[in-house]
Amino acid sequence: MAQQAGQKAEEGQTHPISVYLKIWFLLFVLSTASYLVDYFHLESYLRWSLILIFMMLKAGLIVAVFMHMMWERLAIMYAIILPPLLVVVFMFIMVFESGYGFANRGIFFLGGP
Amino acid sequence: MAQTATSTAAGTPATPNNMEGFVADWSSDQRAFKNVPWGKAMMWIFLLSDTFIFSCFLISYMTVRKTTTVEWPNVSEVFSLSFGGEPIPLILIAIMTFILISSSGTMAMAVNYGYRKDRKKTAILMLVTAAFGATFVGMQAFEWSKLILEEGVRPWGNPLGAAQFGSSFFMITGFHGFHVSVGVLFLILIARKVWRGDYDTQRKGYFTSRKGNYECVEIMGLYWHFVDLVWVFIFAFFYLW
Repeated sequence: MAQQAGQKAEEGQTHPISVYLKIWFLLFVLSTASYLVDYFHLESYLRWSLILIFMMLKAGLIVAVFMHMMWERLAIMYAIILPPLLVVVFMFIMVFESGYGFANRGIFFLGGP
Repeated sequence: MAQTATSTAAGTPATPNNMEGFVADWSSDQRAFKNVPWGKAMMWIFLLSDTFIFSCFLISYMTVRKTTTVEWPNVSEVFSLSFGGEPIPLILIAIMTFILISSSGTMAMAVNYGYRKDRKKTAILMLVTAAFGATFVGMQAFEWSKLILEEGVRPWGNPLGAAQFGSSFFMITGFHGFHVSVGVLFLILIARKVWRGDYDTQRKGYFTSRKGNYECVEIMGLYWHFVDLVWVFIFAFFYLW
C-alpha cells in the first residue's frame, strides 16, 4: 500500500503556477463583465443571454482548470459531468409546471387568467 | 485485496484516453477511475450529490419566482450600498464574488505547492484561502443583518414585494454560507496538518487513524472550488436575473 501511495503522489496534478494566475485573471474579467450587465441595466434577452454566457464560461474554467477536470481521464469526466445535465431536464419540467401554477393563481386570486 | 495492474511501467494507464479507453475503464473487473485516488473520487461523488441539492434549490427558486402573482423585488436595488454618495447597485455582492474567486485562486496554488511538497507555502496559501472565506461569510452576515433589521425581510414575507423572495434568499444563501463556513474550518484543519508535516512524516489522522498525503490538499481544494462554483450560479440566477 505504501508503495502504491508513493507512486500515486507522483501522478498528482503538477502544472505551472502561471496557468492558475491566468485563469484567476480571466475569472475576474468575466465577473466584472457580468456585474457590468447589471450596472448598465441591460434588459431582456440581451441581459439573460450575457448572464448565462458569462456564468457558463466561469463555471467551465473553474471545473476544467481549478478542479483539474481537463487533465482527468474520460471515465471520471463523464461520470461527473453528464449526470448534472439531467438537471436541465428537471428545470424544463418545472418551467411548464410553474406556467400552470401561475395560470391557476391568476384564476383563483385575481379572478381571471 | 487483489492488486490490479492499472498502469504500465512508465506510469501511464494501460488503456488509451479515448472512447475505447472509456469503455474499457468501465468494463468488468477493473478500477474505473484510473489515476484518481479513492478520496478524490469520493469527493467528486459527494460534490455531484451537492450539485443536485443546490440545483433543487435554484429550480424551486425559479418555480416560486415564476408562479408568484406579486412583483419580485428589484434585487439590484435591494443589494445596493452607498459609500457616502449615490447607492451603487449590487456592489456588496460584486465584492463578495471577487473575494470568493480570489480564494479559489489561492486554493489552486496551494494544491500546486502541495504536490511540490512545499509545506510552508501550501499552509500559508490555505490560510489565506480560509481568511478570504471568513471575510465572505462576514460580509454575508452583514448582508443578512441589513436585510433582516433594516429592510424587514423575513422568510415568510417582506415589504419589498413577493414573499417568496425572502424564503428563497435565506434558503439559498444560507445553505451556501454554511458550506463556506464548513470549508473554512476544514481549510484550517488541513493547513495545520500540512504545516506540522503530517503528510511527510506519515503521521496518522486523529479520527481516521489513516496516513494522509498531499492528495488531501487537492481533495480539500475540490470542495472549495465547488463552493465557488455554486456561487457563480447563485450570483447569476439570484442576484443578476
